[in-house]
Amino acid sequence: MKINDVILRTVTKIVVFIILTLSVYLFFSGHYSPGGGFIGGLVLASAIVLMYLTSDIETVHKGMPFDFKLVAALGVLIATGTGFASVIFGKDFMTQAAMKLNLPIFGETELASVVLFEAGVAMTVIGVVVTIILSISEDE
Amino acid sequence: MNNIVVIPLILPIMLGIALVFLRPYVKTQRVISLLTMVAIAVVSVIMLGRIQETGIMRLDFGGWKPPFGILFVADSFAVLLVLTTSIVTAICLLYAFSSIGEKRENMFFYPFVLLLVAGVNGSFLTGDIFNLFVCFEVMLLASYVLITLGGEKAQLRESLKYVLINVLASWFFLVALAYLYGTLGTLNMAHLAERVAEAGQDPILTTIALLFLVVFALKAGLLLFFWLPGSYSVPPTAVAALFGALLTKVGIYALFRMFTLIFIHQPEVTHMLIKGMAAVTIIAGCLGALAYKDIRQIVAYNVVIAVGFVLIGLSVSTEAAFEGAIYYLMHDMIAKAMLFLLAGTMIYLTGETRFDKMSGLIRNYPVFGWMFFVVMVSLAGIPPLSGFVGKVLIGQGLIETGSYVLLALAFISSVVVLYSLLRIFLNAIFGETIISIEDETPLPKRMLTPIVLFAICTIALGFGAEGLSSYVSDAANTLANPSIYIDAVLGGK
Repeated sequence: MKINDVILRTVTKIVVFIILTLSVYLFFSGHYSPGGGFIGGLVLASAIVLMYLTSDIETVHKGMPFDFKLVAALGVLIATGTGFASVIFGKDFMTQAAMKLNLPIFGETELASVVLFEAGVAMTVIGVVVTIILSISEDE
Repeated sequence: MNNIVVIPLILPIMLGIALVFLRPYVKTQRVISLLTMVAIAVVSVIMLGRIQETGIMRLDFGGWKPPFGILFVADSFAVLLVLTTSIVTAICLLYAFSSIGEKRENMFFYPFVLLLVAGVNGSFLTGDIFNLFVCFEVMLLASYVLITLGGEKAQLRESLKYVLINVLASWFFLVALAYLYGTLGTLNMAHLAERVAEAGQDPILTTIALLFLVVFALKAGLLLFFWLPGSYSVPPTAVAALFGALLTKVGIYALFRMFTLIFIHQPEVTHMLIKGMAAVTIIAGCLGALAYKDIRQIVAYNVVIAVGFVLIGLSVSTEAAFEGAIYYLMHDMIAKAMLFLLAGTMIYLTGETRFDKMSGLIRNYPVFGWMFFVVMVSLAGIPPLSGFVGKVLIGQGLIETGSYVLLALAFISSVVVLYSLLRIFLNAIFGETIISIEDETPLPKRMLTPIVLFAICTIALGFGAEGLSSYVSDAANTLANPSIYIDAVLGGK
């Protein structure tokens, strides 16, 4: 039996977009104010889970053909790798660098290596959350 | 700059994750995981040398000075344990290559072993108590996977208990941490030690100390070991050997750190309690080791006895006892891993789990039989094998403090250990063989080699105790004089 989910589908199309924007905002507001890779990743993962709920797994998989276990692993590699990079540069482990740049549109912007670390954390969170949800749903 | 200190944590994590991408290439996974362990062993030997030259090493993550940042502290005690961990894991991996089976190897077995080692090493090296919690969790999560991997019925049944008890213990850990942070306002272990000394460990702090005692007692299997025999007897042999060798030791290490560094001002409460718990643990462990005919249970109860024995060394807190406890910890990691491998191999060869259903294995597998003899003698503490030094030094500590009852108990437990294993030896290894030459399961060389390697380790540790003594006495000295540790962390630089 196919349930009538027109409202769900329509709302999802808009809401997913809002959630994704929020997650990007949270991600970039990180390291000095509340937010960061973990929360950003969690919100982004919730958007993906919402898409899985409204459409079926195959449809979403066509759009995002990733193995989320590998996404998580790649995230851990990036996060630990940024920590390890400071060892290669001869600094204490996990030392972060930051610099200020004047970009044409954004004005004065700060570039920080911690963003890479946060990106790793975000990927790990997305990978783990989606993997958990998918393995629970496979259980039937 | 002491980036070398973080290598035992970061190397297994990064390579373990890299192995996830190499999932189809089982051979490559084996080689990389083995090489990682060897590399960590080499690194820890280098660290031991440096600690002798320049004192305790510390690494401030991201250059944040203590007590504000998270840091790793490498003293001889921690690094000796890291060294033993990597050797034991390397040999267990060798055994796993031939016994663990394609099915598990394809399901990320090697990555999780490396993550387990990362958690264990991190717990040994960290100088921040919240970071200790995190490293504990890394270790436990990996162990949850390893204990359930394979998904057999008994595994799932026991792992449910194992996970529940550990989640509960972790929750207690977190609560204790919150109390500690609420009262003292810091989480750096050296800083905690300083503040506890300034505040004079009033009843509130002692209560928090007791909460930590409960937490780590659950993890170490001190008195609260009811979960241990079940969950250590279900996973495949190589994993059980890793668990038996490493997991309880991390709890013991944490108890040592807490009660030699931070909560040392009320020994008549905390250390007396540890003494009593250790004594009861030994007695209960002995009863368990004698009560069962299932060799997996006997082996698991032998782990419990050793936990009690080492913590007697902590409870008397003299330098000789510390030295003894460190020797005994290292010995026990090697000998217990070997014992688990032997027990697992016996079950593999005969298809039985009760020793009274086996007989005369020494006629079919002579080397194997003598290996069992070696581990039995080593665990009983007969010189020149590795158990001897530790037992003598702990005994010396007990005599110094006049605890003759405990002394008697500790040495009677050695006899019980000997008896419990001798029963297996006489029944299953000696005696008339009931397996004819045609029916015998062949014992592959690749399964026997790791066991022989462990035997070499235990003999080498027995004979080489003299060579290790400068490192062990340095470690014991740091434990007996916490100010050395505190100065190394908080003093300038």
